[in-house]
Amino acid sequence: MSEVANISGSIRRRLTLQLLGIAAVLAALLFVMVMTYAKQVAEESQDNILSASATAILDSAAIQSGEVTVDIPYSALSMLGNVSDDRVFYRVVTDGDYLTGYESLPETTAPRGQENHQFITSHYLGESIRMVSATRRLSNAAGPVEVTVSVAQTLKRQRETLERISTNAAYLGFGFFIAAALLGVLTAQSAVRPVQTLANSVSRRGPQDLRAVQAPVPGEMAPLVVALNRFMARLKKSLSRSEEFIAEAAHRIRTPLAVLRTQAEIALRRVERPENRAALKEMIRAIDESSRAAGQLLDHAMVSFRTDHLEVKEINLLELADETLERLRPLAEMQDKTLSLRGDVPPPIKGDAILIQNALSNILDNALKYAPYGEDVQVSVATEGKWVVLSVCDQGPGFAPEDMEQLTERFSRGKNAQDTVGSGLGLTIAEEVAQAHGGHLKLSNRTTKRGACVSFFFPQF
Amino acid sequence: MRILLLPTVLIALAASLFSASAFEIEQHKVFPAQQESARLRIISNSDIDIFAPMVEAFQRKYPGVSVDYTVVSSTELMTALYEENQVFDVAISSAMDLQVKLANDGFTRPHSSPVAILMPDWARWRDHVFAFTQEPASVVYSKAAFAGLDVPTSRQSLIATLRNHPDRFQDKVGTYDIRESGLGFLFATQDARTSDTFWRLNEVMGSLNAKLYCCSADMISDVTTGKLAMAYNVLGSYALARAAKDPDIGILHLEDFTTLMLRSAIIPVGAEQPEIAGTFIDHLIMSYWSEEGSDYYPYPKLDRSEVAPNMSQRAIRLGPGLLVFQDNLKRQHFLRAWQNAIIQR
Repeated sequence: MSEVANISGSIRRRLTLQLLGIAAVLAALLFVMVMTYAKQVAEESQDNILSASATAILDSAAIQSGEVTVDIPYSALSMLGNVSDDRVFYRVVTDGDYLTGYESLPETTAPRGQENHQFITSHYLGESIRMVSATRRLSNAAGPVEVTVSVAQTLKRQRETLERISTNAAYLGFGFFIAAALLGVLTAQSAVRPVQTLANSVSRRGPQDLRAVQAPVPGEMAPLVVALNRFMARLKKSLSRSEEFIAEAAHRIRTPLAVLRTQAEIALRRVERPENRAALKEMIRAIDESSRAAGQLLDHAMVSFRTDHLEVKEINLLELADETLERLRPLAEMQDKTLSLRGDVPPPIKGDAILIQNALSNILDNALKYAPYGEDVQVSVATEGKWVVLSVCDQGPGFAPEDMEQLTERFSRGKNAQDTVGSGLGLTIAEEVAQAHGGHLKLSNRTTKRGACVSFFFPQF
Repeated sequence: MRILLLPTVLIALAASLFSASAFEIEQHKVFPAQQESARLRIISNSDIDIFAPMVEAFQRKYPGVSVDYTVVSSTELMTALYEENQVFDVAISSAMDLQVKLANDGFTRPHSSPVAILMPDWARWRDHVFAFTQEPASVVYSKAAFAGLDVPTSRQSLIATLRNHPDRFQDKVGTYDIRESGLGFLFATQDARTSDTFWRLNEVMGSLNAKLYCCSADMISDVTTGKLAMAYNVLGSYALARAAKDPDIGILHLEDFTTLMLRSAIIPVGAEQPEIAGTFIDHLIMSYWSEEGSDYYPYPKLDRSEVAPNMSQRAIRLGPGLLVFQDNLKRQHFLRAWQNAIIQR
């Protein structure tokens, strides 16, 4: 699983940016809406009071001795002063003729109909004003007369109010943006979380774990997971097919090899010439190596198969090791080596006894092979924290430090084993077995004397 | 406010100094600075004698400023600023309605005063008009003329007293001729706004052939000499000062309401020293609305907790309402009604 992918963009970043953009647009919209609304309300309230004032003045219009006259109520202008500090102007016109007030106020077209109010925004004496005009029809002896009253006020108060509101609206919009931005970031994170969860669960798997993903995923990710599961199924199938092929091949090679070795040994007894004997010996050695490799390939195929279908039982490692040692002891004695076992009865572990035996005998096989004549191979069982540790230590040349990492890979052999028969599968098998049981394998060199140790760490039951 | 005896010399002097001016100057005085760095020109309807302590206190704080002080009537002040655009840095007037009209019609400069927070809202308008006195409209009476009578405590009882004793009061009541006096007009319109008794009182005074005056000082003098038994709507700040000196006259405390005029200051739009003018206005504000002016403030100080536009001591609110009686038609109506009441023969 090497680590570089072809990356183009990030869903989370894109989602975050888009949500931020939306938040900014909404905040700006909010600001504009508040301001529009505030302006409307401010204008309306000023218009209302101007209307009230104009109406009050208009109501005071009357015909006295044939003349139109207005008696402006005190409240008509003082009410304007009660709500704001703005300057106040007014004008009364009858049938287009100026009657009283500020003559040069902006002209208005007379509003049609009675009690109809017309509003304009204009300029007077160097300031912006809001002006309302209202008209009423009176009758004197000569006929109807139209009285138009205009009342105007400067816009200072309105401007101040709007400035205040605009500051507040800006704060509001900014706060809204910050809140929305935070929520957006959280949303983007939670949106990509299932992807991360899936990635984590897939990358946490052991190398042999090709089971389908079962954990529930969001609907949008279902196609990906289905595709992944299918892919893994295909991979598993093709792997097991090749394992089967290898096992089959190894099995088929082993029997002819045994026949061949017997034939070669018979031939060796018959020939006398030294160069022929040497050639035959070399041949027997090669046959041994091949059959050993075939055996390990078979073991490995068996381990691969069984790790997928573990037959879990409670195991006492000490007993298991003792049995294994008993089986190998004849082989060791032939090479004048001692196999010894140490350790107290450990806590039980859960595991597949056949697999563990297989792994242990592969390691012991290695140890016997690399240990010089007459030396001991020690097997020990101990408890370390939550682990039950099964160690095999020899008195051979040890591991070269630079090899430690790669030794458990398939067909890899250490630098100081070039002259010995071996396929390089032993440590691989051991490690796969340890991992299949939720443990691991540790390689080390002995610190006190010559030799190497291989330790299985199994979790306690 | 014209004073009783206008020094003709001063008038002549003023007339020669301001020969270009069309408005009528009553008094003129320069308060020189020790080392003049600026000159502040004030136009005012407050008499020099009364106002001088304010100017001198200002000069103690700002010794470099010399003050050129011109006294005119409130209507002449309006003429000078509204029609003739004369150059002054500060205008001080008791005619609140005219001050508001100047401010409303754009003849004033704004002044954002740091001490304005000391004042109640109704004592200033738009950062343009700043009041620095509260002077009641009072009734001054001759104690001799009311001998044996209960001293009236309200307008109703005053009306009853006048009505019941026409022999005593015939030809012996006085009030402002509001056609001439801006202050009289202001007091009358505020009275009329507050209560109907104003019109009944005017009718009674008219039936007693009331004498009409241009100025408070004249009325008070005539009460002291016994020519008048009482004078209605006299400027209380003057009356108090005279009553303190003269035991023969008294001031009626009318409990129904007392109108308070606020003398105010503005900075005309054509001011050449607007910053010093602002400083001067701050000085005026401090003199009344803080404790600072206690040793030089020339007007009586009222107990401020008892004064507001809605109490019996009602201060006239500075604001656009005051523009109403400046309206030509309104003014004509009011004057006609007033004349009908008070001039009955």
